[in-house]
Amino acid sequence: MRIAILGFGSVGRGVAQVVQEKDLGITVTGLADSRSGIMDPDGIDLQAALDRKAKTGFCGDRSTAPLDVVDGAEYDALVEVSPTRIEDGEPAITHIVHALSRGKHAVTSNKGPIALAHRRLHTLAASHGAQLRYEATVCGAIPVLHVLQHDLLGNQVKALHGVMNGTCNFILTRMEDEGLTYDQALAEAREMGYAEADPSYDVKGIDAALKLVILANTIWDLGVTLDDVEITGIDLITPDAIRLACERETTIRLIAEAIPEKGLLRVSPRIIPHGHPLLVEGTLNAVTLHTDLAGELTFIGKGAGSVETASAVIGDLLYIGEHHAGAH
Amino acid sequence: MQVSMKLEMKDTPGQLVSVLTPISQCGGNIIAVIHQRDQDSDSGVLDVQIVLDLPEGRLDDLVGQIKKRGVTITRIGKERLFLQRSLLMIGHIMHTDISDTVDQIDRTGFAEVAELSLVMPAISERSSARITLKTATAADMNSAVTLLRKVSEKKEILIVEPLEECG
Ligand SMILES: NC(=O)c1ccc[n+]([C@@H]2O[C@H](COP(=O)([O-])OP(=O)(O)OC[C@H]3O[C@@H](n4cnc5c(N)ncnc54)[C@H](OP(=O)(O)O)[C@@H]3O)[C@@H](O)[C@H]2O)c1
Repeated sequence: MRIAILGFGSVGRGVAQVVQEKDLGITVTGLADSRSGIMDPDGIDLQAALDRKAKTGFCGDRSTAPLDVVDGAEYDALVEVSPTRIEDGEPAITHIVHALSRGKHAVTSNKGPIALAHRRLHTLAASHGAQLRYEATVCGAIPVLHVLQHDLLGNQVKALHGVMNGTCNFILTRMEDEGLTYDQALAEAREMGYAEADPSYDVKGIDAALKLVILANTIWDLGVTLDDVEITGIDLITPDAIRLACERETTIRLIAEAIPEKGLLRVSPRIIPHGHPLLVEGTLNAVTLHTDLAGELTFIGKGAGSVETASAVIGDLLYIGEHHAGAH
Repeated sequence: MQVSMKLEMKDTPGQLVSVLTPISQCGGNIIAVIHQRDQDSDSGVLDVQIVLDLPEGRLDDLVGQIKKRGVTITRIGKERLFLQRSLLMIGHIMHTDISDTVDQIDRTGFAEVAELSLVMPAISERSSARITLKTATAADMNSAVTLLRKVSEKKEILIVEPLEECG
């Protein structure tokens, strides 16, 4: 399978590293970052590209624009791993639209296009006989979408709850374990590389809400957007509040919750008892599905990380390769 | 509110009915009637336990009515609010009149504040509290939580609710 990777940051480089290290039958024929691009139908020398990126900041040729790669490279599947922009989902939406319109499959870790344009992209993919997969957008390495789409066939999912933002979970864990203030825990998260310079996207619950939107639209086809989610972040949580919770053998976590029966879509800090399956430590993610046949299922795993996220991307690619071979 | 009563009455026809009438007159709803027609049935005394749902403030009236009919009340249990839920509050809890917040819950008649633990840091900083609500039914609990959220929103107090699992 030939792929083009759009975005050569943490996830893009993780995908390149896995492709390079494992014999998966994947060849990278197109590659771009924000300011450069490179195409080679016989396969790009990934090590050279990684070295070049590290040294110069460019993965390819400055005269080749990202969209040139999307439109011009010879590939079966586009791997869209550029930054998430919640305002308009660009440039990822354009990249994916162009690829699907060429009849190419698309795999992405970018929440923007899926949260904002899921139906449109899905319809476009179907009309071109292409696949659109986005396992990596939700809970990183946890294969929750695959489970929902393939392994729980025949089940009705009644509700879901999850810890879907590793940054928030890390901060709350540190506040509980060490009695740190919110600001101290945030500073530590930054130091460890778990929080961005502007952490508001994570700590205000927006990232978790985007994942909830993606899950809700995938499971129930609700057609909801970020505006439909009631969102409260963790930035006002105090160590005193956590202590008061702990006195009752409970603690606080940022929980994303969807119960379509009650019209409920909510991301908010919640009290959960010690020993609860969703009570994970540090940057881990967890998600519980409440189903009619299988009962309750909880998945725990890494919600982010270069190779961990690449795992979900690679899984999608190989799934497409196995089930939808003979790409255009 | 939910009330349970142990009554002692003459074992004659019509006695039980004579107790049930004032209950409905007081707007009460009978949840259960438990006969204890056990021991010596020769004594001519009937022991009955009644569990009922009664509007707030009608209990004294009802007790009077029942006594008037020659029935002895051997025990009254106001085990009314047996559902509990603890929530956390974060914000300027004192400055925004905590007693008013508590009052608003207690005034509902169907919910009350059973416990409040407040931790106050430096004067200008936000304080944190654990508040425990009590109600008789799950529906009342949801109403009480909704009310607390509404009152707190006006006072810019963050409410952290427990995760209530669904089936
Ligand atoms: N990191 C994770 O663990 C993780 C987990 C789940 C999902 N995601 C999602 O995956 C995506 C990538 O994340 P990341 O951590 O790899 O981000 P990142 O490290 O910031 O890398 C983003 C890459 O995209 C490139 N880029 C920016 N604009 C572009 C454009 N117009 N065309 C092509 N490439 C462009 C950047 O180019 P330059 O190098 O030139 O700046 C950079 O190489 C994001 O949408 C993120 O939300 C990430």
